[in-house]
Amino acid sequence: MTPQPPLELDAAAAPPKAHALRGLLARQGVSTWLALATILVFVAIAVLAPFVAPHDPLAQSYLRINALPSSEHWLGTDQFGRDVLSRLVHGARNSLVFGLVSPVIAAAVGTTLGVIAGYFGGPVDRVISRLIDLLLAFPELLLAIMIAAALGGGFWNVVFVIAVAFVPGFARVARASTLAVRQEAYIESAIAVGLRTPMIIWRHVLPNIAAPIVVLMTLWVASAIRLEASLSFLGIGTRPPNPSWGNIIRDGLGNIFGSPWPIIGAGFAITAVVLAFNVVGDALRDALDPDER
Amino acid sequence: MSGPLLRAEGLTKIFGEETGWMARARGNARQVRAVDDVGFELGRGETLAVVGESGCGKSTLARLALRLITPSSGRVLFEGVDLASLSASDMRRMRRRMQIVFQDPFGSLSPRRSVFQIVGEPLEVFGLARNTRERRDQVAALLAAVGLSPTLMDRLPRQFSGGQRQRIGIARAIAAGPSLIVADEPVSALDVSVQAQIVNLLQDLQERNGFSYLFIAHDLAVVRHIADRVMVMYLGRVVETGPKERVYAAPHHPYTQALLSAVPEPDPDAPRRRIVLSGDVPSPMAVPPGCAFSSRCPIAQEICRRSRPPLAPVGTRHAAACHFAAPNPIPLSDVAQAAPPFSTRN
Repeated sequence: MTPQPPLELDAAAAPPKAHALRGLLARQGVSTWLALATILVFVAIAVLAPFVAPHDPLAQSYLRINALPSSEHWLGTDQFGRDVLSRLVHGARNSLVFGLVSPVIAAAVGTTLGVIAGYFGGPVDRVISRLIDLLLAFPELLLAIMIAAALGGGFWNVVFVIAVAFVPGFARVARASTLAVRQEAYIESAIAVGLRTPMIIWRHVLPNIAAPIVVLMTLWVASAIRLEASLSFLGIGTRPPNPSWGNIIRDGLGNIFGSPWPIIGAGFAITAVVLAFNVVGDALRDALDPDER
Repeated sequence: MSGPLLRAEGLTKIFGEETGWMARARGNARQVRAVDDVGFELGRGETLAVVGESGCGKSTLARLALRLITPSSGRVLFEGVDLASLSASDMRRMRRRMQIVFQDPFGSLSPRRSVFQIVGEPLEVFGLARNTRERRDQVAALLAAVGLSPTLMDRLPRQFSGGQRQRIGIARAIAAGPSLIVADEPVSALDVSVQAQIVNLLQDLQERNGFSYLFIAHDLAVVRHIADRVMVMYLGRVVETGPKERVYAAPHHPYTQALLSAVPEPDPDAPRRRIVLSGDVPSPMAVPPGCAFSSRCPIAQEICRRSRPPLAPVGTRHAAACHFAAPNPIPLSDVAQAAPPFSTRN
């Protein structure tokens, strides 16, 4: 036989990966860029907080309690005379760390559970799925409040609480995606090639379920920030006197008619970051969907 | 070593087979006998084609032969070793000797892995290359062997056409140097022009490397080129099996005759008689009693609905499961003259 001459595709084109990335960046709209910029600005503020903040966020002064915005205190002061803008800047650290760390932990744990349940099926799946259902039965805020009330506040407890609240969502998505991927012929061909099960999961399952997980993670960065704010607002999140966006709002509530600026400032920060992460999440979802390319 | 490379004995696969109290409470109404008491032998360097309509259990048979699924009963012997007796790790080692080419050239390649990673995976699993550079050389040789340019090895599957992907799948199958390759309808998803290229490639590789093929197909035209022996399946059972020449020249089972009459004839002026079967394949969940083919068979008699004909010899290595098959083939013309549900076209 004469094999058809080996086909050269567009051999001059850039290597596939760089090519894909460039196309990806070129196709993003203004809103994605704005959102990315917003996130970068907030991250920069959080990292550089000691240099950016005009005052010590913990310094109290009984001479300036509940002051309105002025040239010295742009967002006024709170009931202890602390500078609200400085607290907001330092609070970004807490809020962003919670927002980034908890979803990552939740994604790691939830994806592991979901992939195991989806890949092996049977009794393993039933046990894991019922556990997940049990967690899902509680609204995440309620679940977080319950655990936080039992464990008390503190950084790692709050991270843990938020992660537990998010695990079921990741497990559900990972399980459903794994069930779909498990049916693909390339999984069977990996078995036929003699690959061990952990390697099949690592090489052939995880890369193909990564897109929805990554998207979910960005969307839940926003939820985590919101949840941390809620917990702090309820007094079981970040412990006073440390600032976080949630407890700035809580502190501002007492004087909302005197000076609404702490609430407006922190509310704006939360809204901006949550919105930015949601927009980036949407863009990521479109970009990672293989059918779109 | 003498003896067949692959031997299947009384292979049966029942889907929907459940154990436990819930299944017992429900009863066994949902069972499907996808493969029912199938036996065959495959010699070294030989090609056995398994033919039948979709749903006849031929893909299930392919997976049973490789122990990708476990049989409900019966056994598969590879070089005399019962595959069911192997531990999971021994079975993985055994897979070096037995590979599969899939029907779907799109689904069978992991979409996010490069051609090098896909074709090199068996080499890596079985430790056949000392390092990455050696593996790249081997992958390049494999790609050349299947008619692809080695310069394409860093591309992703979606950058290739269906025929090219099937070549990648074949390169992966031959990478570890197997003796048995199960080809599960390797060309039915491809254009007709590409089908011939792939069949020729498979034949070429067989001549050079002495592979044995278990070749699954749903029409007899493709099989004519590549098969040494043919096995025709209907609803999970073997209805006729024999050497290719015998089956094509003197089909004994009415179902085989109908399949053969559907093979396209290259000469448009050649006289031909089409036998068109009426009705669909019965649901595998409700196989007719007696002979499974009786509901569509043009020559079915009372006995066919009562008792199931065994697979009986009708010639040298040639057997058919029909009450009216032995000892002489039923002339096609007689079959054609039978009343509906049969009809002929000229």
